Amino acid sequence: MLEQKIILFVSFGYMGLLFAIAFFGDKRAEAGKSIISNPYIYALSLAVYCTAWTFYGSVGAAGRSGATGFVSIYLGPTLTMILGWPVLRKIIRIGKINRITSIADFIGSRYGKSASLAGAVTIIAVLGIVPYMSVQIKAISTSFQLISQYPDIYMAENAPHISGTMDTAFFVAILLALFAVIFGTRHLEATERHEGLVAAIAFESGVKLIAILSVGLFITYGLYSGFGDLFFRASLVPRIKQLFVMEVTASTFTDWYNTLFLAMLAIFLLPRQFQVIVVENVDETHLKKAIWLFPLYLLAINIFVIPIAFGGMMYFFDQCGSDPVCRQTLSGGFRGMLKFSNGNLDADYFALTLLMAEKQQGLALFAFIGGMSAATGMVIVETIALSTMVCNDLVMPVLFRLPFLKLKQQPDLSRLLLIIRRISILLIVLLGYLYFHYVVEYYSLVSIGMISFAAVAQFGPSLIGGIFWKGATRSGAFFGLLAGFLVWAYTLVLPSLAQAGFFPPDLLIHGPFKIALFNPIHLFGLDVAQLGFNQYTHAVFWSMTANLGLFIGVSLFSRQDAMEHKQAALFVDVFKYSAEPEKSSFWRATAPVADLRALLERFLGKGRTDDALTLYAREHRINWEKELIADAGLVGFAEKLLAGAIGSASALVMVRSVVEEEPPGMDQIMHILDETQQIIIYSRELEKATRDLEAANERLKELDRLKNEFISTVTHELRTPLTSVRALAEIVHRTPDLDAEKHHQFVGIIIKESERLSRLINDVLDFQKIESGRVHWQMARLDFREVIEDSIYSTGRLIEERNIGLTLDLPDTASRVSGDKDRLIQVMVNLISNAVKFCDPERGRIKVGMRPEPAIGKDGGDRVLKIWVKDNGIGIDKENQEIVFQEFRQVVSSSRGRPRGTGIGLTITRHIIESHSGRIWVESQLNQGATFFFTLPLVE
Amino acid sequence: MKKRVLIVDDEPNIVVPLEFLMEQNNYEVQTAETGEKALDLIRNWKPDLILLDIMLPGMDGYEVCEKIRQHKEFNAIRIIFLSAMARSIDIAKGMGLAADDYITKPFAIDYVVGKVNALLAENS
Repeated sequence: MLEQKIILFVSFGYMGLLFAIAFFGDKRAEAGKSIISNPYIYALSLAVYCTAWTFYGSVGAAGRSGATGFVSIYLGPTLTMILGWPVLRKIIRIGKINRITSIADFIGSRYGKSASLAGAVTIIAVLGIVPYMSVQIKAISTSFQLISQYPDIYMAENAPHISGTMDTAFFVAILLALFAVIFGTRHLEATERHEGLVAAIAFESGVKLIAILSVGLFITYGLYSGFGDLFFRASLVPRIKQLFVMEVTASTFTDWYNTLFLAMLAIFLLPRQFQVIVVENVDETHLKKAIWLFPLYLLAINIFVIPIAFGGMMYFFDQCGSDPVCRQTLSGGFRGMLKFSNGNLDADYFALTLLMAEKQQGLALFAFIGGMSAATGMVIVETIALSTMVCNDLVMPVLFRLPFLKLKQQPDLSRLLLIIRRISILLIVLLGYLYFHYVVEYYSLVSIGMISFAAVAQFGPSLIGGIFWKGATRSGAFFGLLAGFLVWAYTLVLPSLAQAGFFPPDLLIHGPFKIALFNPIHLFGLDVAQLGFNQYTHAVFWSMTANLGLFIGVSLFSRQDAMEHKQAALFVDVFKYSAEPEKSSFWRATAPVADLRALLERFLGKGRTDDALTLYAREHRINWEKELIADAGLVGFAEKLLAGAIGSASALVMVRSVVEEEPPGMDQIMHILDETQQIIIYSRELEKATRDLEAANERLKELDRLKNEFISTVTHELRTPLTSVRALAEIVHRTPDLDAEKHHQFVGIIIKESERLSRLINDVLDFQKIESGRVHWQMARLDFREVIEDSIYSTGRLIEERNIGLTLDLPDTASRVSGDKDRLIQVMVNLISNAVKFCDPERGRIKVGMRPEPAIGKDGGDRVLKIWVKDNGIGIDKENQEIVFQEFRQVVSSSRGRPRGTGIGLTITRHIIESHSGRIWVESQLNQGATFFFTLPLVE
Repeated sequence: MKKRVLIVDDEPNIVVPLEFLMEQNNYEVQTAETGEKALDLIRNWKPDLILLDIMLPGMDGYEVCEKIRQHKEFNAIRIIFLSAMARSIDIAKGMGLAADDYITKPFAIDYVVGKVNALLAENS
């Protein structure tokens, strides 16, 4: 006798261990040292897919129909992982960027952060998962009853009678629910991830794998002497031998593919699978290893399914009849106390009963813990995923819409969130119990599971369609889901309820109100026998047809609003946008920082809010003390942060309540842009065009400013000589007795200043000509020495006046260039008078020289003439060396102020040089003089 | 005693007629081509009136005016801006610095002489 006390002690001890692991995982995560951040833990956590259904149910299914009965359920996920990983990677990336909290959040978010769609997904998920939940309750309570009778083996069906008035399943349900509550809602996470939970789940996956392997090894090598022996003996039993081959009929064929199809979808559409694959994913790259690790796990956990099933059948069932060979082979069979309630021992629990029959007390207890870990893992993750959905996507949106609750003004909502989640966990488990109590007894583990698989498969079209097809609309997703769900309920749930006696069984024979067309198991008169459809295939066929048909059909004929457009682009083109997550914000609006902070504190608490905002501030170099208004980027960040806690639809509602304006009236823009899906691209292009325009405008403004400055400079430069001309002329005119010397001096100045005026006017006209490209070049072959001599001649007086020493460095031979002589003289005069102007005022030195040089960048015989004019003035610093050649630009020196002149001399000079295929530049250091160089092509 | 006029301008060809006119009107004249030199003369030579150009190398005319007006003892000095900058904003800026007048270039000699005479007559 294995005392119940011991079983309970071990069970609770195991649970305590799980808590410890979860606690440790959370602590490490808080310390920033994640223990789950590696692909192995990630792959193990995915194995939450393997529930009691796997642990017990597979063996039962194998016992009934051989490998066909269970392999497809594990082949499906394997195919999804190996072939469908790009899809998974995309979903994970989208989930990360948008801080998705659940599959309902994902679908709602994709279709314009729709609360109603997320709510619908939640309802379907909860109702769809209830049967699945009941399977776990059934498995734990049955296995508990079995093992607590150790070493006797009783059948589960009459368990209530055996254990007196105690309804084990009810207590199991209550305990499971409490466990899930304590486990999953210890604290409301600022993020949607639960590190400790994942660590515990991964541990559970390890336990159940080791347990089933131990059982398998014991049976294969303990009871029999290996696979060969076991299968040889099994082949002698006629009923087992027929399971060796897959009977290919229409029925097995369609059934097999249907299961495969459902399992391929279930691996990521089941709320708990979505939770571990997408929401709890730490690093996208972990998927790479999980692609082969997870299928490997599935292979390992299934490797002993058939040996256990066959071993159990040979052990327990008297199937030899009068076959002497068979009798002799199985002579060492079961001789213990086996009680049959209805002459049939449930093959589902062979893993346990075989060990009990063999009096393997410790191993049996381990197998029981293994089964329990499979069941609890599922229940915990599933209820956490579902309760998050119920809270975020069902309850909160409704509560927010009830004005009398004044929730939007509540200071702290995190407690309320926790309470809602706890209640929903209790309710979900309770629903599972009720389903178990009234319905499940009529079904095996696997067949109940299939009902849930078919339900979550309904998410397939809108989720997968939504991430690859921008045209998918909210209405399409909504009607598709609704239709698929209704057909699912009608063709799968209704019959199961009818069989349980809630509806007259006549319904399944003649259809409702005797309308055969609506018979839930032959909908529209579909000839299921002909097609080989069983009840599940039938239901999946019709529900997926309705779902997919309406999803595509309605999507094609309905329009998206602005938010949908934007989300569609964000989801479908996620890899394009993921580089700049914050920029993907929908908000054009701003909000007061204080309001936004208060909002975050209500849901996340003060500490987490501060941490998050500080991080944001550091990354964006913002000082909170100074920022009063949050920009669109911060509003978007806050929305994502909130979405991690309460889901995207609710977060949108909450953020909307504090921002100063609604998202812009995109509806009008939408009409202009019509139905194209390119809103994002358009707006990007628009932004770019606007930026370009702004830049051009800035340039124009700058040019305008320079032109104004030019005009005022020119005016000033005109006024100065004019002033002295006018004043002196008036003096000469009014002073008849002016002495001759003064008269001569004054008239001389008048002439000189008049010349200056003409030079100025010529410069402006030249510039005007050059600007408009109306210059006629008088090209001729000339010796550049003459050009230099001529220009020195015309600047000679200026140089002498200032007492400047001029040095010439000219070659003895002619240096011939082709050019306009007058213009080249203008260049030299400009450069020399510039040098004079900026020379050292006391000891001015100017050096003019030239030398032939090989052309830069040309390896042929091309040579250029390099000419330079060097002064010893204030020089030009690096950053201004390019500017001096720009029109109207004058470099204002701190010591000598604005230079005289219009600021166009060098512009004209450069233009002339470049028109002669030459190059001009300046080399200088501040206060060490400047040297202007230019080159001209030499001609022979 | 002759009144003293200081001419501050970096254009020698504008200084020439101004110097001639002031001497003709019996004033003692000194000239400066930079603001720094002008301030030196103001301290040491103590002119009664300054004809002040604005676009000077280094310290400009506005700054010179501002510096003069910061010292009480120079309060009596008359300042006339003589500038080619003829925009109303430039004039307003000059007058805002407590100059006595602002004459734009080019000017009629009678006008300048008249202004100088009037301001210096007021003083005595």
